[in-house]
Amino acid sequence: MRSVSIIGAGCTRFGERWDDSLRDLVVETGIMALEDANVCGEEIDGLYVGNMSGGRFVEQEHIGALISDCAGLSRLHVPSTRVEAACASGGLALRQAVLAVASGYSDVVIAAGVEKMTDVTGGVAADALAAAADREWECFFGATFPALYAMIARLHMHRYGTTIEELAAVAVKNHHNGCMNSISQYQMEITVDKVLRSPLVADPLRVLDCSPITDGAAAVVLAPTEMAHKYSDAPIKILATAQASDTLALHDRRDITTLDASVHAARKAFGQAGLEPKEIDLAEVHDAFTIGEIAAIEDLGFVEKGEGGRAVEEGLTWIGGEIPINTSGGLKACGHPVGATGIKQAYEMVLQLRGEAGKRQVEGAEVGLTHNVGGCGGTALVHIMSR
Amino acid sequence: MSTVPRFWRHIPQRYNLVGTHCSKCDEYYYPPRTICPNCRRNAKMEDHKFKGLGTVVTYTTIYNATDDFKRQTPYNLAIIELLEGPRLTGQVICSPSEIEIGMKVKPVFRILGKEGDRGIIYYGTKFVPVEGSI
Ligand SMILES: [Zn+2]
Repeated sequence: MRSVSIIGAGCTRFGERWDDSLRDLVVETGIMALEDANVCGEEIDGLYVGNMSGGRFVEQEHIGALISDCAGLSRLHVPSTRVEAACASGGLALRQAVLAVASGYSDVVIAAGVEKMTDVTGGVAADALAAAADREWECFFGATFPALYAMIARLHMHRYGTTIEELAAVAVKNHHNGCMNSISQYQMEITVDKVLRSPLVADPLRVLDCSPITDGAAAVVLAPTEMAHKYSDAPIKILATAQASDTLALHDRRDITTLDASVHAARKAFGQAGLEPKEIDLAEVHDAFTIGEIAAIEDLGFVEKGEGGRAVEEGLTWIGGEIPINTSGGLKACGHPVGATGIKQAYEMVLQLRGEAGKRQVEGAEVGLTHNVGGCGGTALVHIMSR
Repeated sequence: MSTVPRFWRHIPQRYNLVGTHCSKCDEYYYPPRTICPNCRRNAKMEDHKFKGLGTVVTYTTIYNATDDFKRQTPYNLAIIELLEGPRLTGQVICSPSEIEIGMKVKPVFRILGKEGDRGIIYYGTKFVPVEGSI
Protein backbone atom coordinates (compact mmCIF):
# COMPACT_ATOMS: atom_id res chain seq x y z
CA MET A 1 0.00 0.00 0.00
CA ARG A 2 1.21 3.49 -0.89
CA SER A 3 1.21 6.40 1.52
CA VAL A 4 -1.54 8.93 0.63
CA SER A 5 -1.69 12.69 1.23
CA ILE A 6 -4.29 15.44 0.92
CA ILE A 7 -3.00 18.01 -1.58
CA GLY A 8 -5.97 20.36 -1.61
CA ALA A 9 -9.22 21.07 0.19
CA GLY A 10 -12.33 23.20 -0.15
CA CYS A 11 -15.59 23.71 1.70
CA THR A 12 -18.64 25.88 1.04
CA ARG A 13 -20.24 28.11 3.64
CA PHE A 14 -22.64 25.92 5.62
CA GLY A 15 -26.20 27.04 6.30
CA GLU A 16 -29.63 27.50 4.78
CA ARG A 17 -28.49 28.21 1.24
CA TRP A 18 -31.88 29.06 -0.30
CA ASP A 19 -30.35 30.47 -3.50
CA ASP A 20 -28.18 27.45 -4.26
CA SER A 21 -29.02 23.97 -5.53
CA LEU A 22 -27.13 20.73 -4.81
CA ARG A 23 -25.34 21.28 -8.13
CA ASP A 24 -24.30 24.83 -7.22
CA LEU A 25 -22.81 23.61 -3.94
CA VAL A 26 -20.86 20.84 -5.68
CA VAL A 27 -19.41 23.24 -8.25
CA GLU A 28 -18.49 25.81 -5.60
CA THR A 29 -16.57 23.35 -3.45
CA GLY A 30 -15.01 21.54 -6.42
CA ILE A 31 -13.46 24.72 -7.77
CA MET A 32 -12.09 25.60 -4.33
CA ALA A 33 -10.47 22.18 -3.84
CA LEU A 34 -8.99 21.95 -7.33
CA GLU A 35 -7.56 25.48 -7.16
CA ASP A 36 -6.11 24.73 -3.76
CA ALA A 37 -4.51 21.54 -5.11
CA ASN A 38 -3.43 23.19 -8.36
CA VAL A 39 -4.77 20.18 -10.28
CA CYS A 40 -6.34 20.27 -13.75
CA GLY A 41 -9.16 18.01 -15.01
CA GLU A 42 -6.97 15.74 -17.14
CA GLU A 43 -5.05 14.66 -14.04
CA ILE A 44 -8.12 13.42 -12.13
CA ASP A 45 -8.35 9.61 -12.02
CA GLY A 46 -11.54 9.30 -10.03
CA LEU A 47 -14.22 10.86 -7.85
CA TYR A 48 -16.01 9.59 -4.75
CA VAL A 49 -18.93 11.53 -3.36
CA GLY A 50 -20.67 11.04 -0.04
CA ASN A 51 -24.40 11.76 -0.20
CA MET A 52 -26.97 10.32 2.16
CA SER A 53 -30.30 10.98 0.54
CA GLY A 54 -30.39 12.99 -2.69
CA GLY A 55 -33.50 10.95 -3.47
CA ARG A 56 -35.44 12.24 -0.45
CA PHE A 57 -33.96 15.73 -0.14
CA VAL A 58 -33.88 16.85 -3.81
CA GLU A 59 -35.44 13.86 -5.62
CA GLN A 60 -32.17 13.22 -7.40
CA GLU A 61 -30.24 9.95 -7.40
CA HIS A 62 -27.25 9.04 -9.55
CA ILE A 63 -25.19 11.66 -7.74
CA GLY A 64 -21.89 10.16 -8.96
CA ALA A 65 -22.48 11.00 -12.61
CA LEU A 66 -24.13 14.29 -11.65
CA ILE A 67 -21.12 15.68 -9.80
CA SER A 68 -18.68 14.58 -12.49
CA ASP A 69 -20.91 16.32 -15.03
CA CYS A 70 -21.26 19.51 -12.94
CA ALA A 71 -17.51 19.57 -12.37
CA GLY A 72 -17.02 19.71 -16.16
CA LEU A 73 -15.46 16.26 -16.31
CA SER A 74 -18.06 14.53 -18.54
CA ARG A 75 -15.90 14.63 -21.68
CA LEU A 76 -13.03 13.05 -19.77
CA HIS A 77 -15.34 10.21 -18.66
CA VAL A 78 -13.76 10.12 -15.20
CA PRO A 79 -15.17 7.29 -13.03
CA SER A 80 -17.39 8.81 -10.34
CA THR A 81 -18.94 6.87 -7.48
CA ARG A 82 -21.51 7.85 -4.90
CA VAL A 83 -21.12 6.19 -1.49
CA GLU A 84 -23.71 6.09 1.26
CA ALA A 85 -23.50 5.31 4.95
CA ALA A 86 -26.10 7.78 6.30
CA CYS A 87 -24.35 10.61 8.19
CA ALA A 88 -20.99 8.86 7.65
CA SER A 89 -21.27 9.02 3.84
CA GLY A 90 -18.58 11.72 3.64
CA GLY A 91 -16.12 9.84 5.84
CA LEU A 92 -16.75 6.73 3.78
CA ALA A 93 -16.12 8.64 0.51
CA LEU A 94 -12.79 9.79 1.96
CA ARG A 95 -11.87 6.22 2.87
CA GLN A 96 -12.77 4.89 -0.59
CA ALA A 97 -10.66 7.60 -2.19
CA VAL A 98 -7.71 6.88 0.12
CA LEU A 99 -7.92 3.16 -0.71
CA ALA A 100 -8.05 3.89 -4.46
CA VAL A 101 -4.81 5.86 -4.25
CA ALA A 102 -3.14 3.59 -1.68
CA SER A 103 -3.75 0.53 -3.85
CA GLY A 104 -1.86 2.10 -6.74
CA TYR A 105 -4.89 1.88 -8.99
CA SER A 106 -5.36 5.68 -9.11
CA ASP A 107 -3.12 8.67 -8.52
CA VAL A 108 -5.16 11.87 -8.18
CA VAL A 109 -8.59 11.24 -6.66
CA ILE A 110 -11.24 13.62 -5.28
CA ALA A 111 -13.27 12.81 -2.20
CA ALA A 112 -16.33 15.02 -1.90
CA GLY A 113 -19.51 15.19 0.13
CA VAL A 114 -22.73 17.09 -0.43
CA GLU A 115 -26.21 17.40 1.05
CA LYS A 116 -28.91 19.88 0.13
CA MET A 117 -31.45 19.55 2.96
CA THR A 118 -33.57 22.71 2.94
CA ASP A 119 -35.57 22.01 -0.24
CA VAL A 120 -37.99 19.89 1.83
CA THR A 121 -40.07 20.72 4.94
CA GLY A 122 -38.80 19.90 8.43
CA GLY A 123 -41.05 16.85 8.74
CA VAL A 124 -39.79 15.33 5.50
CA ALA A 125 -36.18 16.05 6.48
CA ALA A 126 -36.71 14.41 9.89
CA ASP A 127 -38.20 11.34 8.21
CA ALA A 128 -35.36 11.14 5.68
CA LEU A 129 -32.83 11.26 8.54
CA ALA A 130 -34.81 8.66 10.48
CA ALA A 131 -34.07 6.29 7.58
CA ALA A 132 -30.57 6.00 9.07
CA ALA A 133 -32.19 4.11 11.95
CA ASP A 134 -34.00 0.76 11.67
CA ARG A 135 -37.15 1.61 9.69
CA GLU A 136 -38.95 -1.65 10.51
CA TRP A 137 -38.13 -2.08 14.20
CA GLU A 138 -37.39 1.43 15.51
CA CYS A 139 -39.10 4.08 13.34
CA PHE A 140 -42.23 1.92 12.87
CA PHE A 141 -42.86 2.25 16.62
CA GLY A 142 -42.35 6.02 16.63
CA ALA A 143 -38.58 6.38 17.05
CA THR A 144 -36.99 9.54 15.70
CA PHE A 145 -33.30 10.11 15.27
CA PRO A 146 -32.98 12.51 18.24
CA ALA A 147 -34.98 9.99 20.32
CA LEU A 148 -32.34 7.30 19.84
CA TYR A 149 -29.55 9.63 20.98
CA ALA A 150 -31.81 10.78 23.83
CA MET A 151 -32.00 7.16 25.02
CA ILE A 152 -28.19 6.94 24.92
CA ALA A 153 -28.05 10.18 26.94
CA ARG A 154 -30.63 8.99 29.47
CA LEU A 155 -28.70 5.80 30.25
CA HIS A 156 -25.35 7.67 30.30
CA MET A 157 -26.80 10.07 32.89
CA HIS A 158 -28.26 7.21 34.93
CA ARG A 159 -25.07 5.13 34.92
CA TYR A 160 -22.30 7.75 35.08
CA GLY A 161 -23.99 10.76 36.67
CA THR A 162 -23.64 12.84 33.51
CA THR A 163 -25.78 15.98 33.84
CA ILE A 164 -27.89 18.04 31.44
CA GLU A 165 -25.56 20.96 32.23
CA GLU A 166 -22.62 18.87 30.91
CA LEU A 167 -24.57 18.06 27.75
CA ALA A 168 -25.31 21.78 27.32
CA ALA A 169 -21.63 22.65 27.86
CA VAL A 170 -20.78 20.73 24.66
CA ALA A 171 -23.12 22.98 22.68
CA VAL A 172 -21.73 26.12 24.38
CA LYS A 173 -18.14 25.16 23.48
CA ASN A 174 -18.97 24.26 19.89
CA HIS A 175 -20.91 27.48 19.34
CA HIS A 176 -17.91 29.38 20.73
CA ASN A 177 -15.65 27.64 18.19
CA GLY A 178 -18.18 28.20 15.40
CA CYS A 179 -17.99 31.96 16.05
CA MET A 180 -14.38 31.84 14.85
CA ASN A 181 -15.18 29.93 11.65
CA SER A 182 -16.40 31.91 8.63
CA ILE A 183 -18.14 28.86 7.04
CA SER A 184 -20.06 28.02 10.22
CA GLN A 185 -23.88 27.98 10.09
CA TYR A 186 -24.17 29.46 13.60
CA GLN A 187 -21.83 32.23 14.61
CA MET A 188 -23.36 33.20 17.93
CA GLU A 189 -22.33 32.45 21.50
CA ILE A 190 -24.86 30.59 23.66
CA THR A 191 -24.98 29.83 27.38
CA VAL A 192 -25.82 26.69 29.38
CA ASP A 193 -28.92 28.51 30.57
CA LYS A 194 -30.03 29.23 27.02
CA VAL A 195 -29.61 25.54 26.03
CA LEU A 196 -31.64 24.43 29.06
CA ARG A 197 -34.42 26.88 28.20
CA SER A 198 -34.70 25.75 24.56
CA PRO A 199 -37.69 23.48 23.74
CA LEU A 200 -37.47 19.72 24.39
CA VAL A 201 -37.09 17.58 21.27
CA ALA A 202 -36.66 14.18 22.90
CA ASP A 203 -36.09 14.39 26.64
CA PRO A 204 -33.33 15.05 27.84
CA LEU A 205 -32.23 16.52 24.47
CA ARG A 206 -33.39 20.02 23.60
CA VAL A 207 -33.28 22.02 20.38
CA LEU A 208 -29.85 23.42 21.23
CA ASP A 209 -28.48 19.90 21.91
CA CYS A 210 -29.14 18.99 18.27
CA SER A 211 -27.23 19.77 15.08
CA PRO A 212 -29.25 21.78 12.55
CA ILE A 213 -30.57 21.06 9.05
CA THR A 214 -27.85 22.33 6.72
CA ASP A 215 -26.93 22.78 3.06
CA GLY A 216 -23.27 22.40 2.20
CA ALA A 217 -20.52 20.61 0.33
CA ALA A 218 -16.84 19.89 0.86
CA ALA A 219 -14.04 18.27 -1.15
CA VAL A 220 -10.46 17.16 -0.68
CA VAL A 221 -7.95 16.08 -3.34
CA LEU A 222 -5.71 13.07 -2.70
CA ALA A 223 -2.45 11.95 -4.28
CA PRO A 224 0.33 9.49 -3.45
CA THR A 225 2.61 11.09 -0.82
CA GLU A 226 5.61 10.61 -3.15
CA MET A 227 3.89 12.92 -5.70
CA ALA A 228 2.28 15.30 -3.22
CA HIS A 229 4.99 17.99 -3.21
CA LYS A 230 4.50 18.42 -6.94
CA TYR A 231 1.10 19.97 -6.11
CA SER A 232 1.28 21.33 -2.58
CA ASP A 233 3.82 23.01 -0.30
CA ALA A 234 2.02 21.62 2.72
CA PRO A 235 0.50 18.21 1.95
CA ILE A 236 -1.28 16.49 4.83
CA LYS A 237 -0.40 12.83 5.22
CA ILE A 238 -3.12 10.25 5.94
CA LEU A 239 -1.69 8.05 8.71
CA ALA A 240 -4.75 5.83 9.10
CA THR A 241 -8.15 5.07 7.60
CA ALA A 242 -10.47 2.73 9.50
CA GLN A 243 -14.11 1.72 9.31
CA ALA A 244 -16.32 -0.47 11.49
CA SER A 245 -19.98 -1.46 11.60
CA ASP A 246 -22.47 -2.54 14.26
CA THR A 247 -26.16 -3.43 14.56
CA LEU A 248 -28.49 -1.02 12.78
CA ALA A 249 -30.87 -0.84 15.75
CA LEU A 250 -29.73 0.73 19.02
CA HIS A 251 -31.60 -1.89 21.10
CA ASP A 252 -29.37 -4.69 19.73
CA ARG A 253 -26.08 -3.14 20.90
CA ARG A 254 -23.77 -4.77 23.42
CA ASP A 255 -23.85 -1.55 25.47
CA ILE A 256 -26.25 1.30 24.71
CA THR A 257 -23.89 4.02 26.03
CA THR A 258 -20.95 2.88 23.86
CA LEU A 259 -20.70 3.08 20.09
CA ASP A 260 -18.71 -0.13 19.56
CA ALA A 261 -18.21 0.80 15.89
CA SER A 262 -16.30 3.90 17.07
CA VAL A 263 -14.27 1.81 19.52
CA HIS A 264 -13.29 -0.71 16.85
CA ALA A 265 -12.57 1.86 14.12
CA ALA A 266 -10.41 3.85 16.57
CA ARG A 267 -8.51 0.75 17.67
CA LYS A 268 -7.74 -0.12 14.04
CA ALA A 269 -6.75 3.46 13.20
CA PHE A 270 -4.40 3.86 16.17
CA GLY A 271 -2.83 0.52 15.22
CA GLN A 272 -2.23 1.63 11.63
CA ALA A 273 -0.77 4.97 12.70
CA GLY A 274 1.29 3.45 15.51
CA LEU A 275 -0.07 6.11 17.86
CA GLU A 276 -1.98 6.31 21.13
CA PRO A 277 -4.91 8.62 21.88
CA LYS A 278 -2.74 10.89 24.04
CA GLU A 279 -0.51 11.59 21.01
CA ILE A 280 -3.39 13.22 19.10
CA ASP A 281 -3.32 17.03 19.20
CA LEU A 282 -6.95 17.70 18.22
CA ALA A 283 -10.02 15.92 16.84
CA GLU A 284 -13.22 16.55 14.91
CA VAL A 285 -15.84 14.15 16.29
CA HIS A 286 -19.43 13.35 15.39
CA ASP A 287 -21.53 15.64 17.61
CA ALA A 288 -24.85 15.36 15.77
CA PHE A 289 -26.19 15.59 19.34
CA THR A 290 -24.30 16.81 22.42
CA ILE A 291 -24.31 13.28 23.92
CA GLY A 292 -22.63 12.13 20.68
CA GLU A 293 -19.51 14.16 21.46
CA ILE A 294 -19.43 12.92 25.06
CA ALA A 295 -19.69 9.27 23.95
CA ALA A 296 -17.18 9.86 21.13
CA ILE A 297 -14.34 11.20 23.28
CA GLU A 298 -14.82 8.17 25.55
CA ASP A 299 -15.08 5.63 22.73
CA LEU A 300 -12.03 7.08 20.93
CA GLY A 301 -9.99 6.72 24.12
CA PHE A 302 -9.37 10.39 24.95
CA VAL A 303 -11.05 9.98 28.35
CA GLU A 304 -12.28 7.03 30.45
CA LYS A 305 -15.83 5.71 29.86
CA GLY A 306 -18.20 7.88 31.89
CA GLU A 307 -15.82 10.86 32.11
CA GLY A 308 -16.90 12.54 28.86
CA GLY A 309 -19.33 14.95 30.52
CA ARG A 310 -16.76 16.16 33.03
CA ALA A 311 -14.14 16.63 30.28
CA VAL A 312 -16.10 19.44 28.66
CA GLU A 313 -16.94 21.24 31.89
CA GLU A 314 -13.31 21.04 33.06
CA GLY A 315 -12.09 22.63 29.82
CA LEU A 316 -10.13 19.62 28.49
CA THR A 317 -11.82 19.79 25.09
CA TRP A 318 -11.76 23.57 24.59
CA ILE A 319 -9.13 25.18 22.34
CA GLY A 320 -6.11 25.50 24.64
CA GLY A 321 -7.17 22.40 26.58
CA GLU A 322 -5.52 18.97 26.54
CA ILE A 323 -7.44 17.70 23.49
CA PRO A 324 -9.39 20.39 21.60
CA ILE A 325 -12.54 18.84 20.12
CA ASN A 326 -14.53 20.23 17.19
CA THR A 327 -12.59 23.43 16.57
CA SER A 328 -14.73 23.97 13.44
CA GLY A 329 -17.81 24.30 15.62
CA GLY A 330 -18.60 20.64 15.01
CA LEU A 331 -21.84 19.39 13.52
CA LYS A 332 -23.61 21.30 16.28
CA ALA A 333 -22.61 24.86 15.31
CA CYS A 334 -20.82 24.62 11.95
CA GLY A 335 -23.78 22.60 10.64
CA HIS A 336 -24.47 19.05 9.48
CA PRO A 337 -25.16 18.63 5.75
CA VAL A 338 -25.08 14.88 6.38
CA GLY A 339 -23.19 13.64 3.30
CA ALA A 340 -20.67 16.51 3.49
CA THR A 341 -19.83 16.28 7.19
CA GLY A 342 -17.07 13.65 7.00
CA ILE A 343 -15.26 15.66 4.32
CA LYS A 344 -15.74 18.95 6.18
CA GLN A 345 -14.03 17.33 9.17
CA ALA A 346 -11.03 16.52 6.95
CA TYR A 347 -11.11 20.08 5.55
CA GLU A 348 -10.95 21.54 9.08
CA MET A 349 -8.07 19.21 9.93
CA VAL A 350 -6.15 20.29 6.81
CA LEU A 351 -6.51 23.96 7.86
CA GLN A 352 -5.41 23.20 11.42
CA LEU A 353 -2.42 21.08 10.42
CA ARG A 354 -1.30 23.70 7.89
CA GLY A 355 -1.61 26.37 10.58
CA GLU A 356 -4.27 28.22 8.58
CA ALA A 357 -7.18 28.05 11.05
CA GLY A 358 -6.92 31.71 12.12
CA LYS A 359 -8.44 32.62 15.49
CA ARG A 360 -9.34 29.01 16.27
CA GLN A 361 -5.84 27.67 15.44
CA VAL A 362 -4.60 24.99 17.85
CA GLU A 363 -0.98 25.91 18.67
CA GLY A 364 1.54 23.35 17.43
CA ALA A 365 -1.09 21.05 15.87
CA GLU A 366 0.78 18.15 14.22
CA VAL A 367 -1.50 15.12 14.40
CA GLY A 368 -5.29 15.22 14.11
CA LEU A 369 -8.13 12.71 14.13
CA THR A 370 -11.54 12.81 12.43
CA HIS A 371 -14.50 10.67 13.53
CA ASN A 372 -17.67 10.31 11.49
CA VAL A 373 -20.70 8.21 12.54
CA GLY A 374 -23.56 6.81 10.46
CA GLY A 375 -26.92 6.50 12.18
CA CYS A 376 -26.47 6.15 15.93
CA GLY A 377 -23.43 3.93 15.46
CA GLY A 378 -24.20 1.40 12.71
CA THR A 379 -21.12 2.74 10.90
CA ALA A 380 -18.06 4.61 12.16
CA LEU A 381 -15.08 6.01 10.29
CA VAL A 382 -11.83 7.19 11.87
CA HIS A 383 -9.03 8.94 10.01
CA ILE A 384 -5.72 10.11 11.47
CA MET A 385 -3.59 12.65 9.61
CA SER A 386 -0.43 14.67 10.15
CA ARG A 387 1.40 17.57 8.58
CA MET B 1 -47.11 6.50 0.79
CA SER B 2 -46.60 2.73 1.13
CA THR B 3 -48.53 -0.25 -0.18
CA VAL B 4 -50.44 -2.57 2.16
CA PRO B 5 -48.04 -5.57 1.98
CA ARG B 6 -45.34 -3.49 3.66
CA PHE B 7 -47.51 -3.60 6.78
CA TRP B 8 -49.10 -7.06 6.71
CA ARG B 9 -45.77 -8.74 6.02
CA HIS B 10 -44.79 -8.38 9.69
CA ILE B 11 -48.21 -8.89 11.32
CA PRO B 12 -47.38 -12.06 13.34
CA GLN B 13 -44.15 -10.53 14.61
CA ARG B 14 -45.57 -7.13 15.47
CA TYR B 15 -49.06 -8.17 16.70
CA ASN B 16 -48.08 -11.26 18.63
CA LEU B 17 -44.40 -10.66 19.46
CA VAL B 18 -43.21 -13.66 17.46
CA GLY B 19 -39.43 -13.74 17.28
CA THR B 20 -36.88 -16.49 16.86
CA HIS B 21 -34.85 -18.83 19.04
CA CYS B 22 -31.60 -20.54 18.07
CA SER B 23 -31.67 -24.03 19.58
CA LYS B 24 -27.96 -24.45 18.83
CA CYS B 25 -26.78 -21.68 21.21
CA ASP B 26 -30.10 -21.16 23.09
CA GLU B 27 -30.25 -17.43 22.30
CA TYR B 28 -33.59 -15.64 21.75
CA TYR B 29 -34.09 -12.93 19.11
CA TYR B 30 -36.69 -10.23 18.87
CA PRO B 31 -37.09 -8.70 16.33
CA PRO B 32 -36.75 -12.07 14.55
CA ARG B 33 -33.50 -12.90 12.81
CA THR B 34 -32.98 -15.39 9.98
CA ILE B 35 -29.29 -15.83 10.76
CA CYS B 36 -28.00 -16.28 14.32
CA PRO B 37 -25.03 -13.92 14.83
CA ASN B 38 -23.49 -16.44 17.27
CA CYS B 39 -23.72 -19.55 15.06
CA ARG B 40 -24.24 -18.05 11.59
CA ARG B 41 -24.38 -20.95 9.10
CA ASN B 42 -24.63 -23.60 11.86
CA ALA B 43 -27.68 -22.01 13.50
CA LYS B 44 -30.95 -23.88 14.13
CA MET B 45 -33.60 -21.15 14.12
CA GLU B 46 -37.24 -21.66 15.14
CA ASP B 47 -40.13 -19.25 15.81
CA HIS B 48 -40.73 -18.24 19.39
CA LYS B 49 -43.66 -16.31 20.83
CA PHE B 50 -42.48 -13.93 23.54
CA LYS B 51 -44.57 -13.21 26.66
CA GLY B 52 -43.77 -9.52 26.24
CA LEU B 53 -42.99 -8.93 29.90
CA GLY B 54 -39.90 -6.81 30.34
CA THR B 55 -37.97 -3.99 31.96
CA VAL B 56 -37.25 -0.44 30.75
CA VAL B 57 -33.50 -0.20 29.99
CA THR B 58 -33.61 3.43 28.86
CA TYR B 59 -36.28 5.82 27.60
CA THR B 60 -37.13 9.23 26.22
CA THR B 61 -40.25 11.33 25.82
CA ILE B 62 -40.67 12.58 22.26
CA TYR B 63 -41.99 16.13 21.83
CA ASN B 64 -41.02 16.60 18.19
CA ALA B 65 -41.99 13.64 15.98
CA THR B 66 -42.07 12.83 12.29
CA ASP B 67 -45.32 13.73 10.48
CA ASP B 68 -46.87 10.25 10.96
CA PHE B 69 -46.53 10.46 14.77
CA LYS B 70 -47.12 14.22 15.31
CA ARG B 71 -50.62 13.75 16.69
CA GLN B 72 -49.36 11.41 19.43
CA THR B 73 -46.81 13.80 20.99
CA PRO B 74 -45.65 13.82 23.67
CA TYR B 75 -45.17 10.06 23.89
CA ASN B 76 -42.68 7.82 25.67
CA LEU B 77 -40.33 5.57 23.74
CA ALA B 78 -38.18 2.97 25.48
CA ILE B 79 -35.74 0.17 24.94
CA ILE B 80 -37.28 -2.79 26.75
CA GLU B 81 -35.43 -5.93 27.79
CA LEU B 82 -37.76 -8.93 27.55
CA LEU B 83 -37.63 -11.62 30.25
CA GLU B 84 -36.16 -14.04 27.69
CA GLY B 85 -33.23 -11.66 27.04
CA PRO B 86 -33.64 -9.75 23.79
CA ARG B 87 -34.28 -6.02 23.65
CA LEU B 88 -36.73 -4.08 21.52
CA THR B 89 -37.87 -0.50 20.95
CA GLY B 90 -41.45 0.38 21.80
CA GLN B 91 -43.79 2.98 23.24
CA VAL B 92 -44.71 2.94 26.92
CA ILE B 93 -48.16 4.33 27.71
CA CYS B 94 -47.92 6.36 30.92
CA SER B 95 -47.23 9.95 31.90
CA PRO B 96 -43.73 11.26 31.05
CA SER B 97 -43.10 11.86 34.77
CA GLU B 98 -43.96 8.25 35.62
CA ILE B 99 -41.57 6.35 33.31
CA GLU B 100 -38.18 5.37 34.76
CA ILE B 101 -35.27 3.03 34.17
CA GLY B 102 -36.02 -0.38 35.70
CA MET B 103 -39.82 -0.01 35.34
CA LYS B 104 -41.61 -3.34 34.66
CA VAL B 105 -43.90 -3.39 31.63
CA LYS B 106 -46.33 -5.69 29.78
CA PRO B 107 -47.58 -5.59 26.16
CA VAL B 108 -50.90 -4.22 24.87
CA PHE B 109 -52.32 -4.17 21.34
CA ARG B 110 -52.82 -0.64 19.98
CA ILE B 111 -52.99 1.55 16.89
CA LEU B 112 -49.38 2.52 16.24
CA GLY B 113 -49.69 5.12 13.55
CA LYS B 114 -51.23 6.41 10.39
CA GLU B 115 -49.49 7.27 7.16
CA GLY B 116 -50.49 10.80 6.16
CA ASP B 117 -54.14 11.97 6.29
CA ARG B 118 -55.76 9.21 4.27
CA GLY B 119 -53.05 6.60 4.54
CA ILE B 120 -52.95 3.15 6.10
CA ILE B 121 -53.67 2.80 9.80
CA TYR B 122 -51.32 0.26 11.32
CA TYR B 123 -51.33 -1.66 14.55
CA GLY B 124 -48.82 -3.29 16.82
CA THR B 125 -47.58 -3.74 20.34
CA LYS B 126 -47.15 -0.97 22.90
CA PHE B 127 -46.35 -1.41 26.58
CA VAL B 128 -47.92 -0.35 29.87
CA PRO B 129 -46.43 -0.31 33.40
CA VAL B 130 -47.05 -3.34 35.66
CA GLU B 131 -47.32 -3.10 39.44
CA GLY B 132 -45.02 -5.36 41.49
CA SER B 133 -42.85 -8.12 40.01
CA ILE B 134 -43.27 -9.80 36.62
ZN1 LIG C 1 -27.09 -19.58 17.63
